[in-house]
Amino acid sequence: MALSGVEIFKYLPKTNCKKCGHPTCLAFAMKLAAKQASLDACPDASADAKKVLGEAAAPPIRDITIGAGDKAVKVGGEICLFRHEKKFFNPCAFAVSIKSSEAGDAAAKKIEMVKTSEIDRVGQKLRVDAIAVTDDGGDAAKFASVVKQVVDGAPGVPVILVSANPAVIEAGIAHCADKKPLICGATADNADAMAKIAKEKKASLVVSAAGLEALEALSDKVKAMGVEDLVLDSGARKAKDMIEQYTIIRRAAIKKNFKPLGFPIISFAERGDSLSEAMAAAIGVMKYASIIVVNSVEKWKMLALLSLRQNIYTDPQVPMQVKQDIYKIGEATDKSPLMITTNFSLSYFIVRGEVENSKVPSWIAVMDNEGLSVLTAWAAGKFTASKIATFIQESGVEKSVTTKELIIPGYVAVLSGALEEKLPGWKITVGPREANQIPTFLKGRA
Amino acid sequence: MALVVPKESYSGKIYEVQLGSGAKTVTIGGANALPFLGFEGTFPHKPAVALEVMDIAPEDWPETVKKAVSGASASPVQWAKFCQEQGADMVALRLIGTHPDQKNRSAEDAAKTAAEVAAAVDIPLVILGSGHVEKDTQVLQAVAAAVRGKNCAIGKAVEENYKTVAAAAMANDHKLIAMSQLDVNLAKQLNILLSQMGFAKERIIMDPMSSALGYGMEYTYSVMERIRQAALLQNDPMMQTPIICDIGLNVWKVKETIAPDAEMPEWGGLADRALAWEAITASGMLTAGADMLIMRHPGAMAKAKELIADLM
Ligand code: B12
Ligand code: SF4
Repeated sequence: MALSGVEIFKYLPKTNCKKCGHPTCLAFAMKLAAKQASLDACPDASADAKKVLGEAAAPPIRDITIGAGDKAVKVGGEICLFRHEKKFFNPCAFAVSIKSSEAGDAAAKKIEMVKTSEIDRVGQKLRVDAIAVTDDGGDAAKFASVVKQVVDGAPGVPVILVSANPAVIEAGIAHCADKKPLICGATADNADAMAKIAKEKKASLVVSAAGLEALEALSDKVKAMGVEDLVLDSGARKAKDMIEQYTIIRRAAIKKNFKPLGFPIISFAERGDSLSEAMAAAIGVMKYASIIVVNSVEKWKMLALLSLRQNIYTDPQVPMQVKQDIYKIGEATDKSPLMITTNFSLSYFIVRGEVENSKVPSWIAVMDNEGLSVLTAWAAGKFTASKIATFIQESGVEKSVTTKELIIPGYVAVLSGALEEKLPGWKITVGPREANQIPTFLKGRA
Repeated sequence: MALVVPKESYSGKIYEVQLGSGAKTVTIGGANALPFLGFEGTFPHKPAVALEVMDIAPEDWPETVKKAVSGASASPVQWAKFCQEQGADMVALRLIGTHPDQKNRSAEDAAKTAAEVAAAVDIPLVILGSGHVEKDTQVLQAVAAAVRGKNCAIGKAVEENYKTVAAAAMANDHKLIAMSQLDVNLAKQLNILLSQMGFAKERIIMDPMSSALGYGMEYTYSVMERIRQAALLQNDPMMQTPIICDIGLNVWKVKETIAPDAEMPEWGGLADRALAWEAITASGMLTAGADMLIMRHPGAMAKAKELIADLM
């Protein structure tokens, strides 16, 4: 919970020595409260002050990075319960579970699916984020062999090591100790041994318990043993328990600054049926899970789940936007077709994708409408004939496209008359309504 | 430090709305806590799922969903019976054929269809116009009279035509679906306008306007979360109407439910992908507080119902 300037002031030396660059300790405290200064600037701050203020400044939910290198994922660090209050910051990570018993071909298949999982959606690259190697027989050597297979087969992909047996984890982590794996994890029975491994290897650690009281106790215990990067598993598997327990955890952390539960949540959404699993995982995406483990990652399923995650984690105040510009698609020349759309990322990338599909080199004029879709922008008076005309004239597009023909979205066909008036010498062509008809439309003209 | 479960104190409650007549009525609403938080409230009725039927053949529906209803969709009556057999809680009849750009069917024709469908099933009926503001006023008036006594949900009343549509529902003892455009204040405003003309707010089902996964779903999601908070935490009586999400309509026009495998190999198989698209959209709307869904694919409906069971 953030402290006020006056509260912070109590912990400062009160000597007004100015070494921090501020005239008084109180002035410095005010800057700290506004997060415009760091306590490091005061050389005389006591250890006690550092501890209290450091804790107060820490986010209510700790953020944790799993893995190392450019595929590492950061989760947690959230500050609100509902996305409309501010936004959700660090998209939950999807991990596919590979069991020890799948060593060999089955594991290889899943590894391949992870490696080829990347899709481009609305300009973002999305993929399966991690692999959860899961012990299902207690055989340490077999577990270790799968860890090795994963580390070699999908280099850089963050690894979660799942076993309740410290000896198994020990064997597995030997292959990925330098890669900041997540160990899953500590239970009431093995906490000492697991915490020791996590500390030694600087790995983060899942604490698993059935129910929130047991979870709180375990989290406290492991933290006292010096492991700071924790992830919570409350044992919820049924959708009802997921929503309820994750809500309590998130609320306790954010509204009560309840430290034992101020960590990201890992959710095991595994189900026998793949779509049922996707439905359970969807609940995790929306209701506060930070890592979601699933059994399988078929392309259709990840497309849906990653799209959901993208929806939930976009900034509700600012739509995703692209820069206003004239974009060249393929080897467009001065005779290639010129289309116009708005700068809402979704609109632009859909249109762009279809233009690329058509293989007809083209130009796309993207007009800044504060990130509104075509119809929304039109309804809001931001995609009008006169605004489009001004944009086209000022864009200088006439230099690259000499045909003086502008193709407008079919949904705003009503604009064509007024546009021809406002853009003398230009021909306005009404394109199809839905972008998926663009390829037929463009090919039909060629 | 012992955990004290941080509970909200809710002062509001969602109205209970009953639909249908005879033995198989369905009640929605009644929640007194945010969606599915059983530790701090009660949820007397589970969300209901209606399967959609149209008054014309679903020629422009994508293959995947067209195939799923193909045995029955030639006639609205057959189709409605099929929905009931598939386990739908309700049938949603969309009179799209009355749209001037479609078949421009007359209000009388529509009324006849509605009466036939109502007679063919015993689960509750939702009856939707074509979305053409002027035409819907005539169509829904005739239809409301033709299914009098069936306690249907009639809609959609929008800002431009709510007076006539509400009057038709009121005169024939139906419930009303009132749709506004993705805006908390507009949703409230429409409920206020309806109350002012004498339509009981306890008989309204609010449609905040749905959108598909990947295509604006997050807007609907957050508008719904805000509506539920206003209803329950701020005890705003104009926000306490149950929420309906008309999702099939939006889902089955996006590329993810249409593009064949060969065109988008990186998206996986179309049949699974399309089904998932409607099912996951449903999961989003349920999580945000939907009391009622309108869906198109029986398989996706089954998944939504399975999730509802897992959530309760
Ligand atoms: C999400 C949404 C919003 C969001 C905004 C999202 C955003 N960033 O734009 C919010 C909630 C803010 C909003 C607000 C409003 N909205 Co709105 N909104 C929608 C909704 C549900 C989805 C829009 C969307 O994202 N579409 C997806 C994008 C990709 O579509 P698109 O840009 O049109 O692109 C498609 C095609 O046009 C085509 N295309 C695009 N570019 C080009 C270019 C060429 C050359 C070609 C050929 C094709 C092409 O390709 C795309 C895919 O096919 C639609 C209803 C619906 N289901 O469509 C209503 C809708 C667009 N909204 C509408 C309205 C009226 C409004 C408001 C005025 C209402 C209000 N609440 O006051 C406000 C205005 C906003 C403002 N600032 O004042 C109406 C517009 C009606 C009309 N025909 O004029 C719609 C259609 C709803 C309806 N049926 O009434 N809205
Ligand atoms: S450096 Fe520390 S002691 Fe000196 S004025 Fe600043 S806050 Fe006060």
